[in-house]
Amino acid sequence: MNSIKRLFITVFCTLLPGVALAQTEAVSFDQQVNEVFAASTGWFVSLIFAPFPGTSFPWIVMWLVVAATIFTLYFGFIQFRAFGHAISLVKGDYSDPNDAGEVSHFQALTTALSGTVGLGNIAGVAVAVGIGGPGATFWMILAGLMGMASKFTECTLGVKYRNEYDDGSVSGGPMYYMTKGFKERGIPGGAILAVVFSIFTIGGALGGGNMFQANQAHAQLVGITGGADSFLNGNGWITGLVLAIIVFLVIVGGIKSIANVTEKVVPFMGILYVGAALVILFTNYDKVGWAFGQIFDGAFTGLGVAGGLVGALIQGFKRAAFSNEAGVGSAAIAHSAVRTKEPITEGVVSLLEPFIDTVVICTMTALVITISGVLVMDPNTGLFILDGSSIKTVDGSSGVQLTSSAFGSSISWFPYVLAVAVVLFAFSTMISWSYYGLKAWTYLVGEGKAKENVFKIIFCIFIVIGAAAQLGAVIDFSDAMIFAMAVVNIIALYVLMPIVKREMKSYFERLRTNEIPRFKGRGVEES
Amino acid sequence: MSQTTFIVGIDGSPAGERALEFAKERAKLLDNSKLVLCYIIEWSPYTFQTAEENEKRHQRREEEIAIAKERILDPAVASVASSGFEVEGVVQHGDVAEILDRVAGENAGSQIIVGRVGARGIKERLFGGVSAHLVSTAHVPVTIIP
Repeated sequence: MNSIKRLFITVFCTLLPGVALAQTEAVSFDQQVNEVFAASTGWFVSLIFAPFPGTSFPWIVMWLVVAATIFTLYFGFIQFRAFGHAISLVKGDYSDPNDAGEVSHFQALTTALSGTVGLGNIAGVAVAVGIGGPGATFWMILAGLMGMASKFTECTLGVKYRNEYDDGSVSGGPMYYMTKGFKERGIPGGAILAVVFSIFTIGGALGGGNMFQANQAHAQLVGITGGADSFLNGNGWITGLVLAIIVFLVIVGGIKSIANVTEKVVPFMGILYVGAALVILFTNYDKVGWAFGQIFDGAFTGLGVAGGLVGALIQGFKRAAFSNEAGVGSAAIAHSAVRTKEPITEGVVSLLEPFIDTVVICTMTALVITISGVLVMDPNTGLFILDGSSIKTVDGSSGVQLTSSAFGSSISWFPYVLAVAVVLFAFSTMISWSYYGLKAWTYLVGEGKAKENVFKIIFCIFIVIGAAAQLGAVIDFSDAMIFAMAVVNIIALYVLMPIVKREMKSYFERLRTNEIPRFKGRGVEES
Repeated sequence: MSQTTFIVGIDGSPAGERALEFAKERAKLLDNSKLVLCYIIEWSPYTFQTAEENEKRHQRREEEIAIAKERILDPAVASVASSGFEVEGVVQHGDVAEILDRVAGENAGSQIIVGRVGARGIKERLFGGVSAHLVSTAHVPVTIIP
C-alpha cells in the first residue's frame, strides 16, 4: 500500500517542475511561468479531454452526464421529490435541540457552498456563454438539475463513511467511502481508488481551487485599475504574491480572523451579486423573454457558435460541472462534518447546492450577459459573429471581464463591487480548497504539522503561478484535474449506490410513518 | 403540596447572581420548591463557518460545556445545594430566551428569573436584548431583576 502511495506521489510530482523553473528571472516572469506550465500539464489535459474518435465530443463530458442521469433515474428523481424536505432540514425543523452547538445542516451547506459559489459562477459562465453562446445556459441548467442527484449520492456516502476520532473531530470524503464502503461490499480496489482520488484532489485544489481563482482575481484587478495601462497588467505575480501571503497567514499562520471575516462577507457578496443581477433583469424585463428565447434556440441550433449545438452543450455541461462540482467528490469532504444520525439527511441537504449554485446563480450571470448585448450579433442573420473559436465581444473581453462589462453596461459602478466580490470569492474558494487538498494530502502522507505545512506552502506557491499564467493554460489544467477527480469518484458512486438506496428507502419510510421526529414547524404541537 | 420550580438564568455575571439571590429568597418562602440553574451558551445554527471549524466543532462544543460547568454552573449548584435547596443545573447551546423557555416547559417551571443586562451593543439596542426577547416570547411568567 505504501509503495503504491509513493509511486503516485512521484508521478504527481512530475507535474511540478514549473515551480522551480519559474523562479529564475523576473523580467518575463509571467511568460515563463505560462510556457513552463502549459508544457508540463498539456499531456494530462489532452488525456482528460480526449474526444470520442471521429467526433469533437470529449468523453469526460459524456461520463458526467451519463452518471448524473443514472443517479437521477436510480433514485427516482430524488432532487425533485426531496426538495421541500431539504429546505425543512436546513431550517432545522428536524434538528434535535439537544444537539444544539454541533454543526448544523445549514452550516454544512453554506460551508460547502462557499467552496463552490465563486468564480465558476461569474467567470466560468462567461467562458461558457462566450464560446458556446446563450444556448450553453440551457445545458448548464440541465446539468445543474441532474447534478443534484450526483451530489446527493456522494454527500450521503461522505457522512456515512466518515472517520470519527477520539478527540471528536471528523474526517470524511470519497477517500473514506472508497476504502470502507468497498470493503463493506466485499469489492476490491477501494484503497487504490482512494489514493488516485487523493492525488487528483490535490491537483484540483491547486488547479480549480487555486490557480484559476488567482488568475481570475488578477484579471479583474487589472480590469478595474486601467486595463492594458494598469501597472498590474502583465505582472500577475504581484497579485499572486499578495494573495499568497494572505492565504499563508490564514492556513499556515492560523490567523482565523481573516477567514472569519471572509466567511461573513462572502454570503453577503453572493446576495449582492444575485440582487444586482435581478435589478438588471427587472429593468430590462422586456428583454428577458427574448433572452430565454436565445437560450432555447441556441441550445438546439447553436445560433452560429463554433461547434454549433454540440459546442453549446459541451460548454454548458463543462462549466456546470466545474461550478457546482457535482460528482467531483469535493462536497463530500465539506458536508461530512455535520452532526446527524441519518447520513441521508445530509445528502438531501446537499442537493440544494447545485440548485443554488448553477440553476440560480449561474443562470443569473448568463441572462445578464445575454441581455446586456456584449456578445456581438450580426443584425441581418441573428447569428453571433465569431472571433476565432469564441464569440466576438463588444470590448474583446472574455472570462470574468466579460461578466464585468455585462453588469457594467447597466450599472456603471458595479464592476468595482464585482472586483471586490471576485477577489473575496476567489479567496474563500481557495481557503475551502486548501482544506480539501489538505485532507487528501494527509490521507496520502499521514497527519502531522510538518507534513501539513509542506502542502500549505506548495498551495501558496501555486497561487503566484496561477495569477501569472494565462487563462487558457490555467483553465485547461483546472478543468482537467477537477474532472479527473470525477472519473474516480463516479466509479465509486456506481459501486456504492445500492447502499445509498437502502438508506434512502429506510429513511423516507420512517419519515412517512413519523418515526423521524420533527422538532419545529408545521404539525408540531405547542408545548 | 406540589413542587414549585424556578428557572434561573445565570451567566457568571453580577446580574445573574442577583437573579439567583432573588430566586433563593422566593424559594425559601415555600415548603416544596426547586431551583433549575441554566447556563446558556449563545449559539446559532445559522452562522457561516469554515470547513476546519466544522471539523473541530464537536470537540469545541464539549470543551465549551465542560468549561461552563466547571467555572460557573457546578460552583453555583454546589453553593445553592449547601444552603439546603433542591437544585439542578442545565447547560445548553442556543438562543438564551428560547432555551430558558424550553427548560421551563420541560421542568414544569412556574416562572423564569433572569438578571437584566444593559444593552451591550448596537445590535441589542436595535433588536432588543435577551430579557426583552424572553418577556415577549415566554410561556410562563418572567421576572427580571435590575
